[in-house]
Amino acid sequence: MGPSMNNDLSVSNLVKKFGDFTAVDNVTFAVPQGSFFSILGPSGCGKTTLLRMIAGFEEPTSGNIMIRGKDMAGVGPNLRPVNLVFQHLALFPMMNVEENIAFGLRRRKVDSATIKKKIEAILERVGLPDYAKHQIGQLSGGQKQRVAIARSLVLEPSVLLLDEPLGALDLKLREQMKVELKKLQAKVGTTFVYITHDQSEALVMSDRVVVMNQGRFEQLGTPQELYGQPLTPFVAQFVGDNNLWSGEITEMSGADAIIRTDEGFIFRSRVQGEVTVGRRADLFLRPETLRIQPEDKEGLNIFNVTVKTILFDGANSRLLTVTPEDHELLVALPQNRRFDYIQPGQTIEVGWHPEAGVCFAAGD
Amino acid sequence: MVISKSSKAALWLFLTPVLCWLLLLIVLPHIDLLRMSFGGENDYGEHVWTLQNYRNFFTEPIYWNTFLRTAIFSIITTIITFLLAMPVAFYIVKVVRPRFQGAMVLMLLLPFWVSELVRVYGWMILLRESGVINHFLLKFGVVDRPVEMLYNDATMIMGLVYTSMLFMVVPIISAMESLDDSLIEAAHDLGSGKLVIWYKIILPHCKPGITSGSIVVFMLVLGNYLTPNLMGGKNSLWFTEQIYNQFIASFNWNQGAAFGFLLLLLSSLIIWIGLKLSRQKLGEVAS
Ligand SMILES: Nc1ncnc2c1ncn2[C@@H]1O[C@H](COP(=O)(O)OP(=O)(O)OP(=O)(O)O)[C@@H](O)[C@H]1O
Ligand SMILES: [Mg+2]
Repeated sequence: MGPSMNNDLSVSNLVKKFGDFTAVDNVTFAVPQGSFFSILGPSGCGKTTLLRMIAGFEEPTSGNIMIRGKDMAGVGPNLRPVNLVFQHLALFPMMNVEENIAFGLRRRKVDSATIKKKIEAILERVGLPDYAKHQIGQLSGGQKQRVAIARSLVLEPSVLLLDEPLGALDLKLREQMKVELKKLQAKVGTTFVYITHDQSEALVMSDRVVVMNQGRFEQLGTPQELYGQPLTPFVAQFVGDNNLWSGEITEMSGADAIIRTDEGFIFRSRVQGEVTVGRRADLFLRPETLRIQPEDKEGLNIFNVTVKTILFDGANSRLLTVTPEDHELLVALPQNRRFDYIQPGQTIEVGWHPEAGVCFAAGD
Repeated sequence: MVISKSSKAALWLFLTPVLCWLLLLIVLPHIDLLRMSFGGENDYGEHVWTLQNYRNFFTEPIYWNTFLRTAIFSIITTIITFLLAMPVAFYIVKVVRPRFQGAMVLMLLLPFWVSELVRVYGWMILLRESGVINHFLLKFGVVDRPVEMLYNDATMIMGLVYTSMLFMVVPIISAMESLDDSLIEAAHDLGSGKLVIWYKIILPHCKPGITSGSIVVFMLVLGNYLTPNLMGGKNSLWFTEQIYNQFIASFNWNQGAAFGFLLLLLSSLIIWIGLKLSRQKLGEVAS
């Protein structure tokens, strides 16, 4: 695969070792121009290390990094056409907002009049038009966020790298910034490479997401693909909520498998990867694919559960239910008043379509 | 703020020793010095009040010049110490692995476990005509006659820098410890090279440490007696030697007291100018 001309960033066979420990393990990907690309993975999986190699702060053990078709080996962070928004922002406390944003432009010897114009324009863009003279200490968390992004964006980098920039914000603000960041990216058209351990951030904002685990890439795809067709058990578990059953494959029929769970349910389900009769398998099922009291039971897997509690959370409300064997299951509770009668302690019938579940061969 | 009776009592309990110390060891002796500095004898040997002691300082070029020389050398020493201390502090705080940091600071501290006299004597053993360095220079044929490396201004400044190093490095280390590495990386990422990072990020951040270190070093060097006396040139005096001479050699306590006071005033003036030039306030530096 040669580097395509419209990829802003392409990384191939990148490896980073710290002594015996492999933090980034043979990673290959390309980010098309103008897209929002996210790297999603649990804490300690090597996301920051990967980003720091792209920014030039860490030397790769092997593999290479191309930005706009240019090999970055041996190019210092100050000379790369990328900018990094740090995990803790790293705004300069001894300078005010304006001086922070001007910092990179001054290094490029841009003249003062142009700097002034650019600062005005970028502050307008990030929604802080009157904040040029403010000290960093006087800003709220969300405002600091925007200044940090403005400070990098004003340099018009080929790629903007963002290291969990919303991590320090409270939930409400994070929700709001998520949407704003997506809008900002669409407006400026800069390629964003965004790393996060929060799956909802990655799914909401990105054109494409890669799921990373222990230094390796598990799956790369659109948010819909990752959510709907996870290729590995790790992705199924990490992206979105999932109910999990362990069991044994008793029969294969076409693309589907018949699985007998350890508590004795017999289900028909879609499979992913190599699955053979007699093997142990894990079945994943999303809460919203479980239908409560289905009227048309044709082709569904049907069973009874007992409601333990109602987890009310507006549009995201769920029922916490248990099977007769005390296996906990989350069931989405649509807020359309149809199920208002459900009370804790009640036994209800639920059903799901074989296409909605996915079976993986269990790890040995 | 409301302070309860008992905490008020506690406050006084803490303050009393401090106030006693200030009063007995600093304020009282200085009042006495001040009184003495305005004293003198008239032609009949009677005690009179006079400004003559102060007038002497400004009219006799030898005193005035000695002070100027002392001040200038102290400033030079402070600047050299600062220039050396910055990279040393940076190395200890940002480069060395955390578990060696303590050992490094200890190594800096080690020379201060012996008295200044012994330290200066150590330098003399190294540098004198029959000293260690000359021995090796001769042996390897670098020179064919021993060179006198002691008793000149350069050697004296080196000795003073050595003596002052710790007092500059320690405050700078503590200022630098609070500097987030990611600030340095951010500056690098935004396109600056090493020089700009030092000038724009590290120096401004360490400013309070640098200022307090500089004040301490300047005052210590200005008031130093041993090092300039033992290592400095024979015909160039340090101002403290002038004071010593007045007190001990000439028994002119009134004159000595006036010089002591002038040293205090003029050095405070220099520090005030320094703070003004670097646009800082003493309160900010101390906090
Ligand atoms: N300089 C280093 N020396 C040794 N090990 C390191 C170094 N930097 C990172 N690591 C290790 O590499 C692994 C990945 O670290 P990294 O910071 O990339 O994780 P991350 O995915 O960004 O995690 P988080 O979400 O918590 O920020 C960790 O196990 C970490 O301990
Ligand atoms: Mg990280």
